[in-house]
Amino acid sequence: MQKSLVINPDKCTGCLQCELACSYENEGVFNPSKSRIKVFTFHQEGRFVPYTCTQCSEAWCQQACPVNAITLNLQTGAKEVNESSCVGCKVCTIACPFGTVNYNHSSGKVIKCDLCGGNPKCVEACPTQAITYVDADQTGLEKMRQWATETDNNTATA
Amino acid sequence: MSWTGKVLRINLTAGEITTEALNEEWKNDYLGSRGLATKYLSEEIDPACDPLSAENKMIMATGPLTGTMASTGGRYVVVTKGPLTNCIACSNSGGFIGAEMKSAGWDMIIFEGKSPTPVYLYIENDKAELLPADEIWGTSVWHTDEWLHAKHQDPLLRIAAVGRPAENGCLYAGIINDLHRAAGRSGVGTVMASKNLKAVAVRGTLGVGNIADPAGFMKAVNDGKAVLAENPVTGQGLPAYGTQVLMNVINEIGALPTNNMKEVQFDGAHAISGEAMHEPRKSDGRPNLTTNAACFGCTIACGRISTIDQGHFSVKNKSKYWGNSGGLEYEAAWALGADNGVDDLDALTYCNFICNEEGFDPITFGATVAAAMEMYEDGNLSKEQTGGIDFSFGSAEALTQAVDLVASGEGFGVDLALGSKRLCEKYGRPELSMSVKGLEFPAYDPRGIQGIGLNYATSNRGACHVRGYTVASEVLGIPEKTDPLTAEGKPALVKAFQDATAAVDSAGICLFTTFAWSLDNIAPQVEAACGGGWSPERLAETGERIWNMERDFNLKAGFTRADDNLPERLRTEAAKTGPAKGLVSKVEEMLPEYYELRGWDSDGVPTAETRKRLGLS
Ligand code: SF4
Repeated sequence: MQKSLVINPDKCTGCLQCELACSYENEGVFNPSKSRIKVFTFHQEGRFVPYTCTQCSEAWCQQACPVNAITLNLQTGAKEVNESSCVGCKVCTIACPFGTVNYNHSSGKVIKCDLCGGNPKCVEACPTQAITYVDADQTGLEKMRQWATETDNNTATA
Repeated sequence: MSWTGKVLRINLTAGEITTEALNEEWKNDYLGSRGLATKYLSEEIDPACDPLSAENKMIMATGPLTGTMASTGGRYVVVTKGPLTNCIACSNSGGFIGAEMKSAGWDMIIFEGKSPTPVYLYIENDKAELLPADEIWGTSVWHTDEWLHAKHQDPLLRIAAVGRPAENGCLYAGIINDLHRAAGRSGVGTVMASKNLKAVAVRGTLGVGNIADPAGFMKAVNDGKAVLAENPVTGQGLPAYGTQVLMNVINEIGALPTNNMKEVQFDGAHAISGEAMHEPRKSDGRPNLTTNAACFGCTIACGRISTIDQGHFSVKNKSKYWGNSGGLEYEAAWALGADNGVDDLDALTYCNFICNEEGFDPITFGATVAAAMEMYEDGNLSKEQTGGIDFSFGSAEALTQAVDLVASGEGFGVDLALGSKRLCEKYGRPELSMSVKGLEFPAYDPRGIQGIGLNYATSNRGACHVRGYTVASEVLGIPEKTDPLTAEGKPALVKAFQDATAAVDSAGICLFTTFAWSLDNIAPQVEAACGGGWSPERLAETGERIWNMERDFNLKAGFTRADDNLPERLRTEAAKTGPAKGLVSKVEEMLPEYYELRGWDSDGVPTAETRKRLGLS
């Protein structure tokens, strides 16, 4: 079964535990600026929105890379950056329509989410289940469940 | 380990910036943050100095857990001598700037002297420079924040700044970081402005590593997170209602000071409670509360993000305040609300926004307005003196006008900016200031919660709840329930809470974790991060050492046993209603036993034996 990251911004408190877990797993330091997942804060609206790579099937980043450094992990479905082939040209960061591939100044390579090989640390760290890792065929399940509870006319839900 | 081992020293007089290594010996004795910064301050300034002179120093410090994944590990402190109190000031704040400082590579920033012209400090990892702040001098914290982000073209810059009241000498100005998090009490912002320092802007991209035992650390962190998630206060109460979960609880037990502490229960408590923040407004059907929010790394998320009703009189034609911003926490809601008899949630939220926008302490401000209201009703203050404002208890209009006046430094705002002690002295009613050592009480009445009264009287920064929060035990039963109405056993309880709190603060985490965590949960995290044998016992002893060092600072600053007391009202005027009806605070009865437990002589001075035991010179 292939799984996907599903993010529900309604539940996010902006604590950055996901960014800390991600950077520690990948860089060995707690460092939000090197995280592959980012939480965006909208002050006026009072909203926090975590965002990371959606692992597109026909990935723009993969197609744009001139040295084929981005490859598919068949098991997880992740598009992974091969550090040794990446030349740091940043074409993929331009190609990605969502801005989820980023350049790492210290290594001179790009970084993106690789689903931690199938055990995403951000999911483990999130205290509110705003980030979940679920069956890729059922990513809408939680939304539907929520809709069903809200519209169930037998229970008084506020 | 887990410290960066580096200190940034800013000589504002000369405009010089130097770096130095963190004192190894001191960090083993004082841990970090509050403890370590107080050690530096005690060694470097004369405690008797004028807090607003160039002689005073101001230290911003992180702890060993700051910037790590330990839950709530984003805290930093500002340590200096406070102008409101003239004693040691240590104000703690969350948000994100503490972790950013650490991620830029600094355990501590020491500011000394006074800049000849307005400046701000800009830090980008190893690079630190003082830049001109003339263009933002005389503007609010929020404007300064926007200006700095635009100037440096960096939306991720973390900023701490002071507003206009600090510049104008308001004695309880705070330092606001990340728009609505505050190192709020004792006037630490006033000290910062007195040095012509407008803001500190930090970008850190180095990260925090250097963990002594990485695997052990992740385990200790995850264990700690699980305990917070399962605890009803940290797992449910605080995320849902914030600290405002307390408003109705404290009112019911008859310990909600009302109308400048004349009463102990407030009829309007529900209207300004955490529950009320969830109720839809009549006008637009939206609740006051939009969402809860977390500080860096915090898995509790007690922060409130709120809006004000756009039709409310306080924000009519002021669209700037129609969006979301930091909402009321319990102490602010009490000080602005119950203490003034005001039950208008929107008015309180407006005042809270202004306190954040302009950088001043809502507790001291609210309590100062309360004292002014009592003097107004007693005829000591005339309508001419208030600038035509009817300062009666219960007036939301008077409260919102007062907040605007302190923000701008105009009219009666000049008097209100003095704090309650000086204001009451000025108008001939010194006994009406509800303060200890010049710092106003927070939201718990010492007649209905006896232990907290002793803590107020002995707290090293003046009447403060976050120096020894015995309310946890006396009201909430954490770690075990004690009777709030009795003085028996309270000296030992107060001492234990005060010492543990000093250790928690010094680690760089939030005190609110201690609703669920004891030092047994914290020690494994500190030990895995730092190494070197940090047991719960060593943390408690470190806390005690810090407490005694702070006491020493105050003794050298001229404080005596006579300053360890509560205002007469709380010792002689009994509570009129509720479970504490007929009771006064028994603080004087508790004090000698407290001194004895502390190992202090009858004048409240640590004995030679105590000093030796704690390794204090
Ligand atoms: S408990 Fe509240 S104040 Fe403490 S770190 Fe978390 S959000 Fe910040």
